[in-house]
Amino acid sequence: MTFSEWLDFFLPYVPGFLQAAWLVLVLTIFIIVVSWICGLVAALARASSVAAFRQAAIFYIWFIRGTPALIQIFIIYFGLPPLGVQLSPFTAGILALGLNSGAYVAEIIRAGLSAIPRGQTESSLALGLSRGQIMRRIILPQVVRIILPAITNEAISTLKNTSLLSTITVVELTLYAQAIIATTFRPFEFYIATAVIYLVLTTLMTNLSGWAERYNARYV
Amino acid sequence: MTASPDPLLRIDNLSKSFGDHQVLKDISLEVRHGEVISVIGASGSGKSTFLRCLNVLERPDQGRLSFENFHFDFRAASVRQPTEAELKALRARIGMVFQSYNLWPHMTVLENVIEAPIRVRRTPRAEAVERAETLLARIGLAEKRDAYPSRLSGGQQQRVAIVRALAMQPRLMLFDEVTSALDPELVGEVLLLMAQLAADGMTMLLVTHEMGFARDVSTRTIFFDAGRIAEDGPPRELLGRPRSERLRQFLSRILHETYAVSPDSEE
Repeated sequence: MTFSEWLDFFLPYVPGFLQAAWLVLVLTIFIIVVSWICGLVAALARASSVAAFRQAAIFYIWFIRGTPALIQIFIIYFGLPPLGVQLSPFTAGILALGLNSGAYVAEIIRAGLSAIPRGQTESSLALGLSRGQIMRRIILPQVVRIILPAITNEAISTLKNTSLLSTITVVELTLYAQAIIATTFRPFEFYIATAVIYLVLTTLMTNLSGWAERYNARYV
Repeated sequence: MTASPDPLLRIDNLSKSFGDHQVLKDISLEVRHGEVISVIGASGSGKSTFLRCLNVLERPDQGRLSFENFHFDFRAASVRQPTEAELKALRARIGMVFQSYNLWPHMTVLENVIEAPIRVRRTPRAEAVERAETLLARIGLAEKRDAYPSRLSGGQQQRVAIVRALAMQPRLMLFDEVTSALDPELVGEVLLLMAQLAADGMTMLLVTHEMGFARDVSTRTIFFDAGRIAEDGPPRELLGRPRSERLRQFLSRILHETYAVSPDSEE
């Protein structure tokens, strides 16, 4: 296969791949937003003085970490409609993977919170700051720096996990590749191409986080 | 020094336990405006816990606390316990400095100093910055305003921590072993700043092992022993002629570790 033949072969699929890659990015961003919200709420609940909050958070983390992401996706997409909750594949996917990743984010934040010395809270209390102000202004900014590497790993996992959404008809990269392969019978070329696109996306995320880590290390 | 008949702070029958261990036993104390009280005692005698009860970082199990127009009653369930808002307001009027400085590492020196005035007192930012700069200039750290705490020496960090508390314009300052974590050559600059504050008339309570400082700067010394105030009096008298055997023992132990002791407190 000459280069021009190779190009002619791939070229028609490039717009489709770009579109699918874009969808992966959009999905990932939405899922990360959901997971950070879930993770923060669960981490704070886990550290709460109210036993019911702590128990709920422990149950959530235990359930999510103990079951496959694929099953969680199926529960939300196929399991909820009989109960009257019908979500689009896109929404169900974001919700399922957001809840999934949220449990891991919660554990990361919990570890970050426990790494902040007690004296930080005490000196803030002694100045009259409220609990909310202390969390927002003093504790969380420091937690962010500590957890950035772990949270990056989690975000990259999330991006790769979007491929699971091919099973509920979200036409992201993996499902798009499968569809092409079904008509071209060229699994090697197209799965390699798909892998390369995932690599580009994850590399972008790693670089972004590297920049964030350097910015956050300014005061260390 | 403003002498006023009403005490600034009044503690009645304060008690505090951690589990089965009673750390503070029925403590009463009056602190008058301008008094500089050094609190001494062996580790575990309850002096740090006592200090932390005064701004309710530790909530006493028993007793009453009056400070300015705050009147808190910590006795059992029947009485109304202080609310979170009241505690915030109290703490905004009482400055506290800790052994481990506890500056916020992600904020610059200036940001550390203006945070509480802006967030708690609602001081306009420009005004808070101006006051912070004046305070920082006073301690010779004006040029460090944009530095992060990690770039400062321990002594500098502790002085910034003192200024951070002063920026709230407190009526009372609590110092909890503020020189204990410092390298010996950095202790002096922090003590000097505290002596200046005392000379300016600030009412202060300081838990300290610096007997020289207690003798020369404080106006009153309290000796804690096993959760009680065992002795209370003018520092020279207390340190020079300890009445109780316990204080004598404590001072002689301290003497063997430090040179900065009073020449007239020989064993």
